[in-house]
Amino acid sequence: MATPLESGLRDEEVTVGELRERLADRLPGASIELAPEQEMMTVNMGPHHPATHGVLRLIVDLEGEVVKDLKPVVGYVHTGIEKSIETMTYWKAIPFVERMDYLAYFSNMESYCGAVEKLIGLEIPRRAQYLRVLHLELNRLHSHLVWLGTSALDLGAMGVYFYCFRDRDRVLDMFEMSTGQRMHTRYFQIGGVAEDIPAGFEKKIRELIVTLNTGIDQYEALLDRNEIFLHRTKGIGIVSRERLLELGVTGPLLRASGDAWDLRKESGYLAYPEIEFDVPVGTVGDGYDRYRVRLTEMRESLKIIEQCLDGMPEGPWLADDRKYVLPPRSELSTSMESLIHHFKLVTEGFRVAPGEVYNPVESPRGEIGCFVLADGSSKPARVHFREPSFVNLQALRDMTVGEYVADLIQTLAMLDPILGGIDR
Amino acid sequence: MPDAPGLELILAEINRDTPGAVIDTSFDREQAALIVDATQIRSTITWLRDTPGHEYTFLSSVHGVDYLPNEPRFAVHYELLNRERHERLRVKALLSDPAVETEAGSDVPPIGAPDESRPSGGTSEPATQLLPHIDSVVDLFPTADFQEREIYDFFGIVFDGHPDLRRILMPDDYVGWPQRRDFPVGGEPVIFTKDEVTNPGWWQ
Amino acid sequence: MEIERQKLRVHAPLDQPSSPEELRARQLRARDLLRGDLEGSDLDAYVEERVATTTLEKVLNSARANSIFPATFGLACCAIEMMSTVSPRYDIARFGAEAFRASPRQADLLILSGRVSIKMAPVIRRIYDQMLEPKWAISMGACSSSGGMFSNYAVVQGADKFMPVDVHVPGCPPRPEALIYAFNKLQEKIKGNPEQGWRSRYQAHGTEEWARGGAGSKPSEEAAEAYAKAREVLGA
Repeated sequence: MATPLESGLRDEEVTVGELRERLADRLPGASIELAPEQEMMTVNMGPHHPATHGVLRLIVDLEGEVVKDLKPVVGYVHTGIEKSIETMTYWKAIPFVERMDYLAYFSNMESYCGAVEKLIGLEIPRRAQYLRVLHLELNRLHSHLVWLGTSALDLGAMGVYFYCFRDRDRVLDMFEMSTGQRMHTRYFQIGGVAEDIPAGFEKKIRELIVTLNTGIDQYEALLDRNEIFLHRTKGIGIVSRERLLELGVTGPLLRASGDAWDLRKESGYLAYPEIEFDVPVGTVGDGYDRYRVRLTEMRESLKIIEQCLDGMPEGPWLADDRKYVLPPRSELSTSMESLIHHFKLVTEGFRVAPGEVYNPVESPRGEIGCFVLADGSSKPARVHFREPSFVNLQALRDMTVGEYVADLIQTLAMLDPILGGIDR
Repeated sequence: MPDAPGLELILAEINRDTPGAVIDTSFDREQAALIVDATQIRSTITWLRDTPGHEYTFLSSVHGVDYLPNEPRFAVHYELLNRERHERLRVKALLSDPAVETEAGSDVPPIGAPDESRPSGGTSEPATQLLPHIDSVVDLFPTADFQEREIYDFFGIVFDGHPDLRRILMPDDYVGWPQRRDFPVGGEPVIFTKDEVTNPGWWQ
Repeated sequence: MEIERQKLRVHAPLDQPSSPEELRARQLRARDLLRGDLEGSDLDAYVEERVATTTLEKVLNSARANSIFPATFGLACCAIEMMSTVSPRYDIARFGAEAFRASPRQADLLILSGRVSIKMAPVIRRIYDQMLEPKWAISMGACSSSGGMFSNYAVVQGADKFMPVDVHVPGCPPRPEALIYAFNKLQEKIKGNPEQGWRSRYQAHGTEEWARGGAGSKPSEEAAEAYAKAREVLGA
C-alpha cells in the first residue's frame, strides 16, 4: 500500500471490458453481453446542486464511473451587464462592472478603470496606485479564502470552511473601514480611488497580516498532509501545459502546471514593478498543485500588502484633471468650479475621443481583460470582458474526461469558476 | 506591442504572402491593430502564429463589436499575445450586415426583431443566409470555442467550421441577438410616484 | 392623573426567593407534588406556574419558526453574503437554521440570493414547486426583489413575477445582519404576528401612496379634491 505522500496512483483500475471477461469466467453460461453504447449514462448535474459553485449545469456522459464526456451549460445567471453598460456613462458603469466576478470585484474595477484611463490618457497619482495595489491584493486574499473554504466544504472538510470565513470577515472589515462597504465597494474611480484610507487603517492591516499568516499556517496544517485530501487531489485533473495554453487558460491553473505567467510581473501595471514578490509555480498540475499555488499566493499577497504599507507615498489619491475626475467631496463646499465639474461629470459624464482599448489585468482567477470602444460620446459604445472563468471552463472537459465522477466535484472546485464572471 | 513601423512591416509581409489580407493598420493609444479582410482571417492568424519572429501563440480573447452607424457594421476582434516578448496585437476582421444589402422592398424583418413574418411553429432563428459569416479559428486556437459561441449568441455572426455553434448564455430558444446596437436594452420602466396613477394596481 | 402602582405578581425564580418562608413553602409543595400529594387548588396553582397552555397551532408555528431548514440556493453575489451568515461571526444557527439542506424536498425556506436571469427563472420555479408545504421564500438583495440595478433583457425584474415571496431584503448585497433581520421577521410572520411596520403602530393604514384616491382607501374630501387637482395639473 503506497504511503499517502507518494501515491499519485489510484487503486487498480479495471476497465469495463476486463470486468466483463472476469465475470464471464466465474459465471459460465451467463451472458453479460451489453453493447458499449448501452452502458453510457448521461447525468445532468443541474443548475442547482450541492456543490457551492454557483449555477453551473454539467451534462456528464458516464460509462460506469468514468466520465467520457462533459458539456457545461452556462447562462443561468446571465445579467446583460455588457449591454447595460452601453446605456450608462463611464463613471456610472463602475458598479455594473464590479458585479460580474463577484469575488474579485476590485480586479474587475481595475481592468475597466485602467482601460478608460488608457483611453483618455490619464495618469493616476502614485498614492492612488499604491492604494489600488493594496486593495487588489486584499481582494486576492479574500477570493482565495472563499475559494479554500468552499472547496474544502465540497471535499467534506467543514471546519476549514468556518475558519476561512472567519478570516474572510476580517478582510471584509478592512474593506469596510476604507471603502464603507463589504462587497462591491465602487472604490476605484477613473483617475484614482474614491477616498483616502482613514487613520488607524495601517495599524489594523498590520495586525491583520499577522493574523492571516497564522491563519494560513493553520489551513496548511489542516490540509497539507491530510491523507484524505491528498488521496483526493493528488494526480487528479492533470492537463498538460501546452494544452492549457491552447485552451487559453491563465492564472493559478496555468501556474500550477509549471508556467510562470503572471500579468503582475509581465506587464507591470500600477505599482507592481516597485514591489518585490514571487510567483508560485507548481510542478505536476494536479488538484494538489493548484491548492498549493493558491495558498502560496495568499502568502505572497500578504507580503505585497506589507510592502505597500511600508512604501506608501504621500500625495493625492485622485488625479487632478477635473474634466474627467470627480473632485473630492471636501472641495465641493469651497470651490465653485469643483461644483460645476462635479455636476457636469455626474449628470452628463465626460466625453472620450473615439478609440478602442484592451486592458488585461491579473485577477485571482487569471487574465481579465476589458475591451472598451469609445465613440466620442459620454457612454461607452461597447464594453466586453474577457473573463478568466469563462475561458478556464473550457479546460474542465479535459480535466475530467477519463477520471471518475467522484473526482468531478473536486476538479471543479480546484478550477475555481465564478459563475457571475462566466455569465456576465 | 509592435510599434507603428513594426506594424507596417507586418502588413507588408502578410500581404506579400496572401495579397489583400490586411487592409489597414492602426496604432492608437499604444495598442497595435491590424484590420483584416474577413475572408482571409484564417490565413492571417495562421501566419501570425507560425512565422518565426512573430509567433503570436496565445489567443487572449475573441470578441465581437457592433459599430452600428459606421460601415462595415460588425467586427470580430482577436487579441493575440506573444508571451516571450510580451507583445499584444489586435486583429480586426470587419463584416458587413447582409440583411441590409437585401433589395429594398423585400419584406425581410430586421435582424433582432421577433420574426413574425415567418410561419409560426418553425424555429425561432432567422434564416441563416441573412447573418454575417466568418471562418472559425477553433482548430487553430481551441480557446475560441466558447468565445465564438458567445459572439454568435450575442451578435448573430455565424462561424463556419465551428463544431458546436449554438447559444451559450441566452436560453436556447431566444429570438434576437441581444448585444447588437439596435436591440433594445429591455427591462421595465420604473414606476415613480407620479406614474402610479397611470399604472392602476401596480402593486399586485 | 393618579397613577396606581401595583406590585406585580411575579413568580419569583427559584434562585431568588423573596423570603425564606416562601422558599420553604415551595419546597414543601414540590415534595408533595413528587409524592403525588398535591391536590385541589394547590395542584392548580402549581401547574399554572409551570406549564404553558396554548393552542396546537401556536406550538406548531413556534416549532416551525425556530427550526427552519433553508435550501442551499445561491445564485450570485448575495450567495457569498448568505454563506457569511452561516459563518461564525453572523451565525444564523443561533436562530435555528443550522441545517442547510441541499434537496428542495427537505427544505423549508428558499433564500433567493442573487439575480434571477430569464434562463434560471423556470428552474427556480420548479425548485420552489418541489418544496413541500409549509414553505417560505426570502428574496435577498435588490436583484431578486425588483431586478436591482439590472433593468435589462436578461434579468427578471423581481422574483415576485413568478413565485410568491414572503420577505424582501434590500441591499446590494445586504449585510449578513440585514439577512438575519429578515430571517427574524420571517420567524415572526410564521408565528402569526407579522410586523406590520410603522403604519400599524400609528394607525396610518390607508395613507399608502397606492391607496390614496384608490379603490381601497377613503381619503378625506379635501384630500381627494387636492389630489384630483394635482392630477389635473400633471395632466395624468
